[in-house]
Amino acid sequence: MKQTRIRKHTRHLLTGLGLFLLASLQPLLAQQNEAGQAAPVKLGLMLPYSGTYAPLGESITNGLKLAIKQNGDQLGGRPVEYVVLDSEADASKAPQNMSRLVKGDKVDVVIGPVHSGVAMGMLKVAKQTGAIMIIPNAGLGAATGQLCMPNVFRTSFSMWQDSYPMGKVAYDRGHRKVVTITWNYAGGKEDIAGFEESFTKAGGEIVKQILVPFPETQFQPYLTDIASIKPDAVYTFFAGAGAVRFVRDYAKVGLKDSVPLLGSGFLTDGNLDAQGEAAEGILTTLHYADGLDSDVDRTFREAYGKAYERELDTYAVQGYDAGMMLVQALDQTDGDSADRDALISALASVKLNSPRGPVTFSKAHHPIQNIYLRQVKGGRNQVIDVASRALEDPARGCRM
Amino acid sequence: MDPVFIAIQLLNGLQYGLLLFLIASGLTLIFGIMGIINLAHGAMYMIGAYLAYDLTLRTGSFWLALLLAVPVAVVLGLLIERLFLGTLYRRDHLYQVLLTFGLILVLNEAQRIIWGSDVLSVPVPASLNGNIALTGNLQYPVYRLFVAAICLLVAGGIYWIIRHTRLGIVIRAGAVNRDMVEGLGIDVRTLFTLIFSIGVGLAAFAGMLSAPMTSLYPGMGDNILITCFVIVVIGGIGSIKGAFLGSLLIGQAATFGPVLLPALASVIIYLIMAAVLIIKPRGLFA
Repeated sequence: MKQTRIRKHTRHLLTGLGLFLLASLQPLLAQQNEAGQAAPVKLGLMLPYSGTYAPLGESITNGLKLAIKQNGDQLGGRPVEYVVLDSEADASKAPQNMSRLVKGDKVDVVIGPVHSGVAMGMLKVAKQTGAIMIIPNAGLGAATGQLCMPNVFRTSFSMWQDSYPMGKVAYDRGHRKVVTITWNYAGGKEDIAGFEESFTKAGGEIVKQILVPFPETQFQPYLTDIASIKPDAVYTFFAGAGAVRFVRDYAKVGLKDSVPLLGSGFLTDGNLDAQGEAAEGILTTLHYADGLDSDVDRTFREAYGKAYERELDTYAVQGYDAGMMLVQALDQTDGDSADRDALISALASVKLNSPRGPVTFSKAHHPIQNIYLRQVKGGRNQVIDVASRALEDPARGCRM
Repeated sequence: MDPVFIAIQLLNGLQYGLLLFLIASGLTLIFGIMGIINLAHGAMYMIGAYLAYDLTLRTGSFWLALLLAVPVAVVLGLLIERLFLGTLYRRDHLYQVLLTFGLILVLNEAQRIIWGSDVLSVPVPASLNGNIALTGNLQYPVYRLFVAAICLLVAGGIYWIIRHTRLGIVIRAGAVNRDMVEGLGIDVRTLFTLIFSIGVGLAAFAGMLSAPMTSLYPGMGDNILITCFVIVVIGGIGSIKGAFLGSLLIGQAATFGPVLLPALASVIIYLIMAAVLIIKPRGLFA
């Protein structure tokens, strides 16, 4: 009895001693780390890894990590540590999640989000804290428009930028009366507005604007309505499940043969497997395409194919470019991420030789890039022309 | 609007309404007889669609997939009722709501694990892949007409069972006064299992039929669930006749509403529900 008690005490004592030793060793270990190897650059990834947008989050992460891996897993001579957080594409949790990354984990740069609603929440925190943020997808105009700020960059697109060039394309192809259809939400309306701006400027007329309640995918009544209007063409913005269903229904009711379907590239990007035959021939505009056939693009596609099982998509390119941007900027600052102003001006001066073509950044920190005209051919978004070369987003409302 | 297009829209509305009936009928039966608000009903619609996708891929035939998927869905319903719901009948409604809500999360996550988050589609079976020309530029897919016909058949079958069989008498009696049915020596426990399996099976069947004309994505059943609840409330809880007419009404409203009154597109079905509740607070046929 007595002996067990002693043994127990001993054990406690030993545990305590062990803990004490560990605790006292820790600073020593940390110092070692600092002396032997520089402290890591901390990248906070705030992307959706669950729910509908999970595939996008995965693609962006893949692209980003590939760029940094190709750089020898280092940024400006420092190793890289990823702090990964599932944004769940939930806008209500965005400010809290962003604060956790910035104040709790003290990341150097936040990369995210996919969803524009989440972006709004993140931008609020970015404004308060001055945290550096790179948006690898969310296309809301405001992020580099009314809400623009020095510490926020975007490597993707704006709704306006991807749809504006299509207006001229539609007019040049002889379409005069066009019906537009999209979901009744900010992203859809911004996209349609871009198309409308250039289409009406060229002399075309929007005969009807159809707004479908989000996220309704029962399109039959609208298609019947379109058939009764008999426009020259239909311009549309849908993405994901809605895009798949719209394209299939559009073909199924026979409209595709008499009324050409035009859209922003998100209509067909990543959806071609599910859309199948119904998508063949559709014209879209986007900042990336299949068959660009540049050396950079070819090398990138090969490396991506080797590294990941997932098929390459536009989102992966956006993630890759976010990674390339960090590679260049931190090289320029010799790995210094503490001097925020220096890092921001390094990021702003980045010139990317991207798989999608040359990319530089506007004063509002938005990519100036080519927008391609693509046609679905044999299950690929084949580039057929450059719809607009080095197009800059007007960044309306940005004072910076 | 051209009368031809009005006729086409009527057809669109009818077809949509009939499909909604398949889902709403199960929902109203489960609610009316068992007193269970089955929030997982939409998730079962989704599971049905994914089963159709999966089995079509494996067997190479949509018809074979349908034949296999229906029993799978019914058995899944049976298991849910026996293993989970069955233990909660004595408790407050809130427990059942919580359980079926939990089932949504579990089924959605299971869907994601098994089939992933990418948007999927099922090709229309070749034998029904044709179109019927309606106007110069509009065709009606044969498959949609086929779905409408099947839904009508099922509706007829349900009507016959409820009106002309002993089971139907028990179901009707159960919807009116459950305790009395039990008092008459009818095994309510078995009746519940049967109702739940069939109800949930109908939702899954609707998902299977929809698969070739919609796109499959995580949580695809959540929206349709709300529409079907509206139908159940309009028709009167537990009333199959009410669910049928409610479905047709909502089908037409959801078709004409957005085209004629685009500003009200997203609220039109709720306005109808509110109007019905003002005139008949217990629904049209309760």
